[in-house]
Amino acid sequence: MADLDLNNGLAARRPLSPHLSIYRPTLTMLMSIAHRITGAALYAGTILLVWYLLAAANGGTAFAAAASFMHSLLGQLVLLGFTFAFLHHFFGGIRHLIWDLGYGLDHPMREWLALGTLAASLTFTVVLFGAAHFLG
Amino acid sequence: MVQLTLPKNSRVRRGKIWPSPVSAAPLKEFRIYRWNPDDGANPRLDTYFVDTTECAPMVLDALILIKSKTDPTLTFRRSCREGICGSCAMNIDGTNTLACTKAIADVQGAVNIYPLPHMSVVKDLVPDLSTFYAQHASVKPWLQTVTPAPEKEWRQSPADRAKLDGLYECILCACCSTSCPSYWWNGDRYLGPAVLLQAYRWLSDSRDEAKGERLDNVEDPFRLYRCHTIMNCAKACPKGLNPAKAIAEIKEMLIERQA
Repeated sequence: MADLDLNNGLAARRPLSPHLSIYRPTLTMLMSIAHRITGAALYAGTILLVWYLLAAANGGTAFAAAASFMHSLLGQLVLLGFTFAFLHHFFGGIRHLIWDLGYGLDHPMREWLALGTLAASLTFTVVLFGAAHFLG
Repeated sequence: MVQLTLPKNSRVRRGKIWPSPVSAAPLKEFRIYRWNPDDGANPRLDTYFVDTTECAPMVLDALILIKSKTDPTLTFRRSCREGICGSCAMNIDGTNTLACTKAIADVQGAVNIYPLPHMSVVKDLVPDLSTFYAQHASVKPWLQTVTPAPEKEWRQSPADRAKLDGLYECILCACCSTSCPSYWWNGDRYLGPAVLLQAYRWLSDSRDEAKGERLDNVEDPFRLYRCHTIMNCAKACPKGLNPAKAIAEIKEMLIERQA
């Protein structure tokens, strides 16, 4: 019976219905994707941080090289991205903690939490980066 | 695993534009996913024009009109036409819902209709739900007891009965499970929102005596913990239920059991 196939291999020929390309994006879905991307970005950012700390420990020319990169336009952009990724992932983590505790899962609270994560991470990126520049 | 693009045999081609009906009223455009198992071709997106004054207000009414007036080969499941059987679940205007409770007027512009996402297609808008049903069966969605059955019914207080509200209403239409990206990527191992809501429905039943076995069954990195609170399930549910919350409650039960 096992190799009796009345459908002539039909099941294997069946197409997979479209998914990501046709699904209307939802805020919570986009924030989930962003949480993953920022989480991955933090790996790269942490390597950068380690490089900076190692350079600081070595002092002299090593630190001068690291510091000059950090102060360049590219370095500043990378740091801005790292700051945003860190804060986004940080506030996202708090949002997930709230959900894991069983709170804020209903409409409209879940939307507010998602929006709050985005607003808080953008605001604190500006505040932190602004403060760093202002304080030199 | 995550796969962003469709396999070659699944890519949707441009389809046929069916002749418009002769009508004085403005016509509504419907773009509908078609796949015929008999012609060996790829799926395609056909365009139909519908005089919506000729049919009742829901998307299902338009589909039935197209099938009876324009194209009898158009295939879809439907039965109750009042949101209780769950047969006509499909992706309409980018969101999974029931065609019979989705008003045509709620869709701006053309109405795009696809089968439930990331499913094996049997024909046109009919997905293969075998895996989904097997997963449902795997959580043993029935009352399990060890104490001898009472002479009449298993009794339950109104307060305990109220714990099943928001759970028992599920009609197993699969709108939630097939809206979940986690279920798209791991649907063979992750039980998905609908089945986990059912698992929680039986975990919450005061009369059930198999709580431990039920928790053992879902305590698994894939079966339960692929839920990443993406929340598409709760947004898609045409009955207004919240599978994401049910899953969070199961996770809490597991933590409480460890303590």
